[in-house]
Amino acid sequence: MSERDERAEAAWADALAVARLFAADPCGLGGVVLRGPPGSARDTWVEAVRAGLGEGAAWRRLPVAVDDERLLGGVDLSGSLAAGTRVMARGLLAEADGGVVVCAMAERMSAGTAARIAAAMDAGAADGAAARFGLILLDEGVEEERVAVALAERCAFRVEIGQLPRNGALALDPLRPFGAPPPEGMVSASTSLSGGGGGEADGGRSAPCLAACGQEGLVALATAAAAFGVDSMRGPLLALRAARAAAGLAGRDTIADEDIVLAARLVLAPRATRMPAPPEAETVGDAPDDPGEQPGDTPLPPRDPPSDAGPPPGDPDAANDPLADIVLEATRAALPPGVLAAMEAGRLARAAGNARGGAGALKKAVRRGRPAGTRAGDPRTGARLDIAATLAAAAPWQRFRAAQAAGGLDAAPRLRLRRDDFRVKRFVERAESTTVFVVDASGSAALTRLAEAKGAVELLLAEAYVRRTQVALISFRGSVAELLLPPTRSLARAKRALADLAGGGGTPLGAAVEAAHGVALAARARGRTPLVVMLTDGRANVSRDGGAGREHAQADAAKAAGLLRGDGIAAALIDTAPRPRPETAAFAAALGARYAPLPRLDAGAVRDVVNALG
Amino acid sequence: MRAAFPFTAIVGQAEMKLSLLLAAVDRRIGGVMVFGDRGTGKSTAVRALAALLPPMQVVAGCRYGCDPADAGARPCPDDCRKGAKRPKAETRAVPFVDLPLSATEDRVVGALDLERALARGEKAFEPGLLARAHRGFLYIDEVNLLEDHIVDLLLDVAASGENVVEREGLSVRHNARFILIGSGNPEEGELRPQLLDRFGLSVEVRTPGDLADRVEVMRRCDAYERDGSAFAARFADEESAVLAQIARAAALLPEVTIADAVLETASRLCMAIGADGLRGELTLMRAARALAALDAERAVEARHLARVAPMALRHRLRRNPLDEAGSGVRIERAIAEVMQAPGPRALAA
Repeated sequence: MSERDERAEAAWADALAVARLFAADPCGLGGVVLRGPPGSARDTWVEAVRAGLGEGAAWRRLPVAVDDERLLGGVDLSGSLAAGTRVMARGLLAEADGGVVVCAMAERMSAGTAARIAAAMDAGAADGAAARFGLILLDEGVEEERVAVALAERCAFRVEIGQLPRNGALALDPLRPFGAPPPEGMVSASTSLSGGGGGEADGGRSAPCLAACGQEGLVALATAAAAFGVDSMRGPLLALRAARAAAGLAGRDTIADEDIVLAARLVLAPRATRMPAPPEAETVGDAPDDPGEQPGDTPLPPRDPPSDAGPPPGDPDAANDPLADIVLEATRAALPPGVLAAMEAGRLARAAGNARGGAGALKKAVRRGRPAGTRAGDPRTGARLDIAATLAAAAPWQRFRAAQAAGGLDAAPRLRLRRDDFRVKRFVERAESTTVFVVDASGSAALTRLAEAKGAVELLLAEAYVRRTQVALISFRGSVAELLLPPTRSLARAKRALADLAGGGGTPLGAAVEAAHGVALAARARGRTPLVVMLTDGRANVSRDGGAGREHAQADAAKAAGLLRGDGIAAALIDTAPRPRPETAAFAAALGARYAPLPRLDAGAVRDVVNALG
Repeated sequence: MRAAFPFTAIVGQAEMKLSLLLAAVDRRIGGVMVFGDRGTGKSTAVRALAALLPPMQVVAGCRYGCDPADAGARPCPDDCRKGAKRPKAETRAVPFVDLPLSATEDRVVGALDLERALARGEKAFEPGLLARAHRGFLYIDEVNLLEDHIVDLLLDVAASGENVVEREGLSVRHNARFILIGSGNPEEGELRPQLLDRFGLSVEVRTPGDLADRVEVMRRCDAYERDGSAFAARFADEESAVLAQIARAAALLPEVTIADAVLETASRLCMAIGADGLRGELTLMRAARALAALDAERAVEARHLARVAPMALRHRLRRNPLDEAGSGVRIERAIAEVMQAPGPRALAA
């Protein structure tokens, strides 16, 4: 079996372990963010949870665009109109009390829906009715969009799911009893759950497990959370609940060390935002040098935590390790591949912070801006009801509807309205802008240029609340262009991202234009107007494939510029060369950019150029 | 419903707890803005405070939460007391209203009751969240992501204590006095300064950095989850002590005096940090007075000012994007300067 297969199977075993834990205590554990494409792996996993829940537990699917009445409960509008009296409907969250709510395409959920669900999770109630439930957030994970942080934060687990492993024994038999040994050759995380024989999933759920946790376990989880930069207290608290669920499944009445280890691995590792300070010198070289590969390279023992409450035999050092160290090590080993690289850029946690759903731009236009007529629609989605238009739409049908209803209720309403009659007001709103700074960090002038670009970003953001501007910053040097600051309105965040910028190296102009193009298109997809501002002296000398050679590099840059221009993205090029050259002006023309030579660069002047354009 | 997490069981977060207590003692302080990361116990603290306060008397069945003892008040739109001097009363928990991010204006201020309008042809007003929050707390998580026009509206009502609805042929006004609590993470979008300025107090919370504190948080949450009522019982004494402290402070508040010298120090402090407008001074004065009342003292002294100054002024500094120093540091500098400078009276305090 190849290493890749082993890793896939270990990941799948972990995913199934999560399914079992979650099914044992869906309400306490909050939920699972399941990221991966739709397919048999995902379906199998969801079925595993459903099977673990047992008979009679509520199971509800949440459509991505759900209105308040359906979500939280309230007046059933069409029912009320038909009956002529108030008909109340129970909300979906209340219906799911004690069970699970499955949200497909959770990454597209509007921030408002996410906020309501989060509030219901906190209160354990929706609109007065008890609503304690666990969430399964299916995130297809194709685009940049992520599940709303407010929800992800409240979910204990994050699972990446790909394909079913080739050796699909576990996959094909998700109902395998908890204590059963794994099929031969399988690396199974769930072996650690197989302690006692009597721990049935159902037993764990019907009587919530109250296994006690010793001081050592609490300290171990708190230490691991702190070491991996899990600042939110929800991390270790959810890990504690996961450990308790694991103890319950294994039929224990106290939480064993292995439960703590498993919980740290499944709950804390995916939340890690940094690596712990290495305790020994030998690990110093490892972590930063080889970030992507480290988890895969780690030999299997850490993936397979000690199954009988204690360190693995044959490892003399570990025998003296306190629980905290074992937990740390297990968490480190469980970090998903590639996550370390993202951590180094410090972007992991914050990238998720921006997921506000693609509906944001549209939603705003529902309520604000210049009136632009009316259309048929449901007033409960937040649009303003146009009463006059609604009545006008209903008027021609009154006689017909009255005849239809004749012989029915005698307390007939004076006016017969149907759902189709509703007219809502439409508004159009001026699109907000996103300014993408592309800063040349190459060569000797890099430091001043960066400093002034940083100043301009901060000045623009300081007035962003007036102009509703977002700002992003891409820096390019050496052979790559890097998105240092994803589009944001937050000054605090910008300051942090821009705190230390490095300079020097070649000028990969083509890569820079390409990166700017990508950010600009993403901004446009969110209904914003992108504006690209380049600060460079225009001398490309590194091509997109990383090769040197001025001519090739410049041809490359010109090609990328043509593509950007072809998409009609507004741009400005600020020439920072001490003596502006005609080639730079030509490159600006290729970009379709306004050309502004500013040999004596300063932040205020850059801001003025941007404002003149925007 | 299980017992709420006890307010006094929250580990650390002294500044946030103090700001909430101050706001509970004197509503006119005008709300609290809590900045901080996720999972720092912001909403737990606010909910806990609401649950800690004693249940209130409400005119039976009133949708606007009218106070039966307040006979002089303008009748609510339903005219719940129907002219009676002593209307029938019922007991309700102090309301805690969670305002969702995407709340529409209709839902916040109230709107035409569509169902009644359409089914029965009546023009009736359906009260919104503002009416529900009357005499309690209105909590907005991530207020910096809320639509600006809703924030404007909320702050306006919070300041005036009255919700005025003029739309869709309705003309309704009702009392809406509540303590506005906002929370947010500045990394996810800034709040406009002019809105920030209208929150009375602003505090910054962090997750406890100390391992012992973090373990203690876990231990308490764990104990609470395993047996909520036993846990609440453990803190019952402390809870009732805080409750009594708030009640005593609220009663004492009108008698608390501020010497001119202390007022002068307050003004000097606001000038030193360059806070725009007079709201800074007013909030500083009210907060210091509420703090003195909480400490069961009858006179505000300079040390009260110094303790509330960071939370009353932090968000009123003139912003300078190129100044790296944090607002807390700048205020502490100003306090140090101003408290050194004034006459012997303030120093003695």
